[in-house]
Amino acid sequence: MNLTLKVWRQNGPTDPGHFETYEATDVKDEMSFLEMLDLVNENLIDSGHEPITFDSDCREGICGTCGLMINGQAHGPQKGTATCQLHMRKFHDGETVTIEPWRAAAFPVLKDLMVDRSAFDAIIESGGFITSDTGGPRDANEILIPKVAADSAMDAAACIGCGACVAACPNGAAQLFTSAKLAHLNLLPQGQAERWKRTEDMVETMEMFFGSCTNYGECQEACPKEIPIDFIAMMNRDFLKSKVKNRKLQGQR
Amino acid sequence: MSTITLDSKIPSGPIEERWESHKFNMKLVNPANKRKFTVLVVGTGLAGAAAAATLAELGYHVKCFTFHDSPRRAHSIAAQGGINAAKNYKNDGDSVHRLFYDTVKGGDFRARESNVHRLAEVSVNIIDQCVAQGVPFAREYGGLLDNRSFGGSQVSRTFYARGQTGQQLLLGAYQALMQQVSLGRVELHTKTELLDVVTKDGVAAGIVTRDLVTGDIRSWAGHATLLCTGGYGNAFYLSTNAMNSNVTAAWRAHKKGALFANPCYTQIHPTCIPASDEFQSKLTLMSESLRNDGRIWVPKKFDDNRAPEDIPEDDRDYFLERKYPSFGNLAPRDIASRNAKQVVDEGRGVGPIKNGVYLDFAESISRLGENVVFERYGNLFDMYERITDENPMKMPMRIYPASHYTMGGLWVDYNLMTNIPGLYALGEANFSDHGANRLGASALMQGLADGYFVAPNTIGDYLAGLLGQAPLSTEDPAFTTSVAAVQDDMRRWIAVGGTKSPEYYHRELGKIVWDYCGMARDKNGLEKALTEIPALREEFENNVRVLGDPDGVNQSLEKVGRVADFFELGELMCRDALMREESCGGHFRVEHQTEEGEAKRDDENFSFVGAWEWEGKGANPTLHKEPLVFETVKPVERSYK
Repeated sequence: MNLTLKVWRQNGPTDPGHFETYEATDVKDEMSFLEMLDLVNENLIDSGHEPITFDSDCREGICGTCGLMINGQAHGPQKGTATCQLHMRKFHDGETVTIEPWRAAAFPVLKDLMVDRSAFDAIIESGGFITSDTGGPRDANEILIPKVAADSAMDAAACIGCGACVAACPNGAAQLFTSAKLAHLNLLPQGQAERWKRTEDMVETMEMFFGSCTNYGECQEACPKEIPIDFIAMMNRDFLKSKVKNRKLQGQR
Repeated sequence: MSTITLDSKIPSGPIEERWESHKFNMKLVNPANKRKFTVLVVGTGLAGAAAAATLAELGYHVKCFTFHDSPRRAHSIAAQGGINAAKNYKNDGDSVHRLFYDTVKGGDFRARESNVHRLAEVSVNIIDQCVAQGVPFAREYGGLLDNRSFGGSQVSRTFYARGQTGQQLLLGAYQALMQQVSLGRVELHTKTELLDVVTKDGVAAGIVTRDLVTGDIRSWAGHATLLCTGGYGNAFYLSTNAMNSNVTAAWRAHKKGALFANPCYTQIHPTCIPASDEFQSKLTLMSESLRNDGRIWVPKKFDDNRAPEDIPEDDRDYFLERKYPSFGNLAPRDIASRNAKQVVDEGRGVGPIKNGVYLDFAESISRLGENVVFERYGNLFDMYERITDENPMKMPMRIYPASHYTMGGLWVDYNLMTNIPGLYALGEANFSDHGANRLGASALMQGLADGYFVAPNTIGDYLAGLLGQAPLSTEDPAFTTSVAAVQDDMRRWIAVGGTKSPEYYHRELGKIVWDYCGMARDKNGLEKALTEIPALREEFENNVRVLGDPDGVNQSLEKVGRVADFFELGELMCRDALMREESCGGHFRVEHQTEEGEAKRDDENFSFVGAWEWEGKGANPTLHKEPLVFETVKPVERSYK
């Protein structure tokens, strides 16, 4: 198939940026979207033009490095699929495809389609962990974790940190990302000691960088791991509780 | 020829006491002195993130580097199946000794016994540590941890988190690392790639890096440097490794004097999705755990074009079950891969371009029900369907082997230190624990063992001797000449102004390495590769086209240096494969096989680690041999029948 691509080109964070139009010819159904871009880049290099900068790494939908707005949709048209796992059979001959970077105030563009997502690391740094220095913890099986709790924690922990939730959100909010990490840790018995402080710290750090949630729900539609917004409700509840709980009575932070 | 002597520093005494007594005999650094030492950790996968976090917890001043935009992106994240540990929770006869034995045997008696025993010992601590961090391993209804079996073993000792075990373990290590960053004990540098290892008087002094956003070339000095930079599977171009995985850190250390051991030991993973066309940028792995419930088969007839459901049982060849009745579909990776290649080469391959074998779940679905099978493998099935447009619940998967892991790597002693004092290699970047073949679910185990439990203990022994010494100044000529050389390199690549992209040359190199140094190797092919690779390299150096600027983001410039290193490494892989006149594990020399077509080792002549010394560009490298001694496990023919 042949496609017309409208691709965002931006030579560095301060450049205003603009769309360029490229023809992608002889695209095969079984190519991934990024392999299609690889092909366009090979042709650009052949004709002496700088290739399009975009991020990708594992190309298996797990590292969270890639992420493009494709026709205005984060990661493109296929539900539950990261850009690298989107295949060209989802497009048709003659189509015009618009490709942009994640658009969010907290994710400045570094070049072309590559953005800086270090604000996510800042949220994790502020509390997205269970304090447990390497050493001699108790035997793993001494902590009984009901299967349902372990499964729900895993549902939340599946987040790949790609940023699609933020890109899809009209407010540029990071509630889904933050709540997924909070749910992962707050659902587990090991996570209880730091539950309230963790919630408070991560939510407050999130608010320093990102917009506010007004329940559009676009984030869960865009999420390649289909993480549900139920976790946002859990986060909101825990955040409220963190402000009113007498933690000393429970011996918790 | 230099005067390197390989001292593996293996402690004496009974094997099960060596690690404990070694820990006691090593020098310690007292807590107040630890913060006087700066340790550079390069790479933030399982080994790197675990080491950086643990060293910081101990009190060392850590500077940590990754070329990714976040430590969480390292390729450990893509490991699917699980992590082994000798917990014996299943009461099925497992023990530290059995995990040790299985790993030595699985490695086809080409690993160091003492290292492997230590790995088996600390495996149990890893699970405890990860659970304490909140890694959501699979549980049974009663709340206890679940286990499954994995290729190459007859016990269930594999812990898993759905099909995303690597992701969850890496997130655990990443979170521990970020906590140390928040406490100011780790200085984290993302989008920063190592381009040179700096030594002064033969001792590791630090590294030179390029900032991938600004293009800035900088020096970093430390008392010790840990390379946790993964394997070199992308030498084949098509592999299951991530696009950016590369050998550059290890290779530049090699060019500064670190020996590179057993480069020909590469693992070809049996269960990957076959390539569909020539534009394929990488191959996708399907977890080996699928072999627990899937049966591997091809049609008995050649060129059988019937749909799989139309081929009756009698016309199917379940070749692994037939040839290896006791292990069946769970035969180790090298054996499963080679047998798949054999049936495809015979013309019994399946799929549109006849380049795969079936992995069939029909029998498991009828025995266990759709729900159970989907719960176990649902996310893998979804991934397969996204790529191929076929649903494995309805029709068998198609799989074929692909390059996946590299057992070879920088030579290290028992302390994980290379032959350059102060330079360590951890995880896949070193060579030590898997011999000639790695068992499934053992890579995660080794990465975390090295990072959480081994290096943080052994590094003190080295640093204790440096108390009172400041790291080398970055103004020292050792650093400034290296920075100048790296800057020259950048300008030189752009100045070539040729006609073909770095990607093109990587793909062409990969074809040579795969064809002659892949699943089966022979003398003629390897000799051919050793003339073809230098010829292609010369073309590459004179005709590659890198556009853009050295300052700022330039992905072609990042790529070209990595490809240059793969060229030199690819040559060394072939040279090592040619030298090793035997078959063992992942290294299969066609000339050396048993009558049944199995790998035939030559213990009398090749029971050694082959460690190569760089002698300069274009010069032949020098081989150093570390003899392997087996005191506990008697080398036998590795049989899985």
